[in-house]
Amino acid sequence: MELLGLFNYWVFAVLLMVGFYAVIAKTNMVKKLLGLSIFQGAVFLLYITMDKVDGGTAPIIQPGVVDAIYSNPLPQVLILTAIVVGISTTALGLALIVRIYEAYGTIEEDETQRLDIE
Amino acid sequence: MTVLFGIFLLTLLVVVAIGIVRTGNLFTAVMLTGIFSLLMAANFFVLDAADVALTEAAVGAGISTVLLLGGLALVPGRERNRRRLHGLALGIVSLITLMVVYATFEKPRLGDPSAPVHQHVAPWYLEQTPILVGIPNVVTAVLGTFRGYDTLGEVIVVFTAGIGVLFLLGLPGAIGSRKTEEVQPGNSYLGHHLIPQIVGTLLIPFILLFALYVQFHGEYGPGGGFQAGAIFAAGMILYSLIAGEREALQVITPRVLIGLMASGALLFGGVGIVSMLLGGNFLDYNMLADNPVAGQQWGILIIELGVGITVTGVLLAVYHAFAARGR
Amino acid sequence: MSIASQLPALQIVVPLLVAPLTVLLRGSGLAWAAATAASAMAFAIAVALTLTALDGATISYDMGGWPAPYGIELRLDAFSALLLLLTTGASTLSLLGARDSIAELMGESREPLFYAAWLVALAGLCGIAITGDAFNVFVFMEISSLATYVLIAAGPDRRALTAAFKYLIMGTVGATFYLIGVGLVYMMTGTLNFADMEARLAEVDEVRPIVVAAGFITIGLALKAAIFPLHVWLPNAYSSAPNLVTVFIAACSTKVALYVLLRFDFFVFHGNLVGHAFQFSSFLAPLAVLGILVGSAVAVVESNVKRLLAYSSVAQLGYILLGASFGDLAGMTAAITLMFNHGLAKGALFMAIAALAMHTRGHTLADLSGAARQMPWTAAALVIAGASLIGIPGTAGFISKWLLLQAALQQGPLGVVAAVAVVAGSLAALAYVWRIIEPLYFGTAEGSTAGGSTAVYTATPPLLLLALWLAAGANVYFGLIPAVPVSLSELAAAELLGHLR
Repeated sequence: MELLGLFNYWVFAVLLMVGFYAVIAKTNMVKKLLGLSIFQGAVFLLYITMDKVDGGTAPIIQPGVVDAIYSNPLPQVLILTAIVVGISTTALGLALIVRIYEAYGTIEEDETQRLDIE
Repeated sequence: MTVLFGIFLLTLLVVVAIGIVRTGNLFTAVMLTGIFSLLMAANFFVLDAADVALTEAAVGAGISTVLLLGGLALVPGRERNRRRLHGLALGIVSLITLMVVYATFEKPRLGDPSAPVHQHVAPWYLEQTPILVGIPNVVTAVLGTFRGYDTLGEVIVVFTAGIGVLFLLGLPGAIGSRKTEEVQPGNSYLGHHLIPQIVGTLLIPFILLFALYVQFHGEYGPGGGFQAGAIFAAGMILYSLIAGEREALQVITPRVLIGLMASGALLFGGVGIVSMLLGGNFLDYNMLADNPVAGQQWGILIIELGVGITVTGVLLAVYHAFAARGR
Repeated sequence: MSIASQLPALQIVVPLLVAPLTVLLRGSGLAWAAATAASAMAFAIAVALTLTALDGATISYDMGGWPAPYGIELRLDAFSALLLLLTTGASTLSLLGARDSIAELMGESREPLFYAAWLVALAGLCGIAITGDAFNVFVFMEISSLATYVLIAAGPDRRALTAAFKYLIMGTVGATFYLIGVGLVYMMTGTLNFADMEARLAEVDEVRPIVVAAGFITIGLALKAAIFPLHVWLPNAYSSAPNLVTVFIAACSTKVALYVLLRFDFFVFHGNLVGHAFQFSSFLAPLAVLGILVGSAVAVVESNVKRLLAYSSVAQLGYILLGASFGDLAGMTAAITLMFNHGLAKGALFMAIAALAMHTRGHTLADLSGAARQMPWTAAALVIAGASLIGIPGTAGFISKWLLLQAALQQGPLGVVAAVAVVAGSLAALAYVWRIIEPLYFGTAEGSTAGGSTAVYTATPPLLLLALWLAAGANVYFGLIPAVPVSLSELAAAELLGHLR
């Protein structure tokens, strides 16, 4: 459990790194958007890692069961919200990309910049 | 066993994430993103977050992939001018990662029951939910009532994404000058494939039924408006893949979709206004019935319905906006 | 329960729920009317709340009737009242003037969506200003951001699309950084309520995650607030958005992010992290000075009026940050007054540009040549707003610059450096505002502008002129009678600094 705990945090760190790298380094807009989802996914992992309790189960209270251990419901609620925010951002970004392609004929950021200067 | 499974899933997550960034084919990248979300959902399940796992599977792996594919159909599918490695970006990113790793060494270990998060606020929810709200699923209780205001905000986020996409891409028959009749009729996506068509037609009623189950069973098990809305929308999207874009737009017309988008949010907000008029604070469901617990249950039922309606409306409208743009 | 006790909730609920109603409206002008009415109502509520806050009272409102920290608490004090006043005021005035130019910009079926997005953006900004819950800030930040991306993308040419996309990427990164920070603080305290966080952080021994959280939150919000050098999204976004949208977002959106930054740092971190106040100052003060100098320098050479004013905003954000980095009552008061007064001045300036653009069709300085002759009222309002931006006595801008200079000179030798930067920035402001005024009054009208053949409107729409003069009038009014913003700022500064131990 100890090892898995640290491993969770490290995977969070690595995913954060991979996603953020794509956001900064890629010029392709779809790639940037996908990088953003990885980046956000990493944060989901951070929150959900917090909710785990040893020997616990999902926080759905069973009638008649006493002394049951439940995982923490609050981070779950927060991440439900964040997931929905994430897809909303993706959808809007994608619509922008479609319009950008129609207007510029490319979805590479450096090329749109070059076209704007001309 | 769980440890081994957890490590396996997490390692796969990293591998898939690197794959997404490295591949030059955007179609591959999008499919890998779907796999990424599914792995993430499995991982959430291992960590005892059933509701989040269901949402990630339905929204992240399901709808998000469909939307990305719909968008990808309208733009080039390959990444141009790929650079080897971006030094500056790597520097910034490594710095941030080091920051995070630095923080991990004083974080509470995984599953430690004495961690601060398990000491404050959360125990109150677990203790008080059966007494004050009287439903088994604590996640639904926190989402629907204790932090119901956040959830209203979340519905508005979805709604905003919906109006944003419709504003940018238009929706034949409602937004922009195109009419529904101008959209190509017929089934060009799955039309030539007999097996998906028959299996799909058989599946649609069950998907829609399952959505209703998830909607109304959210108080007892994992589920609720977001998941149900996503699943319902998925069922209708499957219908439009089989029957055709124009046909689907004729079953639930664009005007109705926009009505759904708005009315779900209004239903949710309406509950808040009613509880204000009855003398409570905004979203105080205690006011909705003589018995506060019954009031809470009514409140959660109605707002979850509002959530489901808006999510269905937005996801379908957004899908149609992408799908009809190219046809 | 009386209406008065429900006002904090209504402040957000009114625009938030009129937005979906607006989408259902059809017919030209109806959506605009609904949005303007809702925004005006929000403004009236903000005024009522400000009157309570002026007494130094803090109002707490439990959403859903659940007490904090279990439920979400709305918390209204002088600082949030000032932000609410600015945000709702800017939104109402720009909506008032927006009808004709927006109707011209987009088809009738898109108008309801546009105005709904506007109301959502307004509700989001108000929601951030009034909440007392760290995660609720994230939700409303995303609400206002998503809506703002839509508003910017509505701009007249294709640059609006790339500007909106760039803003979307950077804004989401900023919000996600904030979310990481909140997660780390939550991990160590178990709570999301600001006040509760502050109390519980005092008992946390392991500060590493908290230090990292402070870093993430500061960087994330600095990105949202366009603090130099994270300002790269701002000039494009301001210059390519529809003119009236620029008025709205330039007046308040970066300030709201800055507000969260100050509130989080002072409420939650300053009292609990040893040396945090010093790090905060020594990290932000140089950035502030650089922001002032670079922003002003670019504005002096920029030829597109909207970009010129956008870079001026980068410089002005530097002033606000500079005041805040002094870390004393005088500096913080100056910073908060500046937030309000800069909103007034920049809003009025962009509104004047919006009115001029209905004739000139272009946004370069050359396009403005001689426009003052045809549009004397608009040009005069622009001069007043420009004076306020520079900080000429008699205008609101003077009050805040004066407070800032006084605060800087109390700081000893380094304060003198800051004061020099402020004076240099003001001189630059004089130069770039003159670069707008000069062609306006003394340029020779040429070609199409003089002939008026391309202009659709023979006169500025009366509502736009009314809104413009109300904005310009506010600059003069708060310059002559600065009691309200200054006393709100003093209360807010005292409240923030009261959290230092």
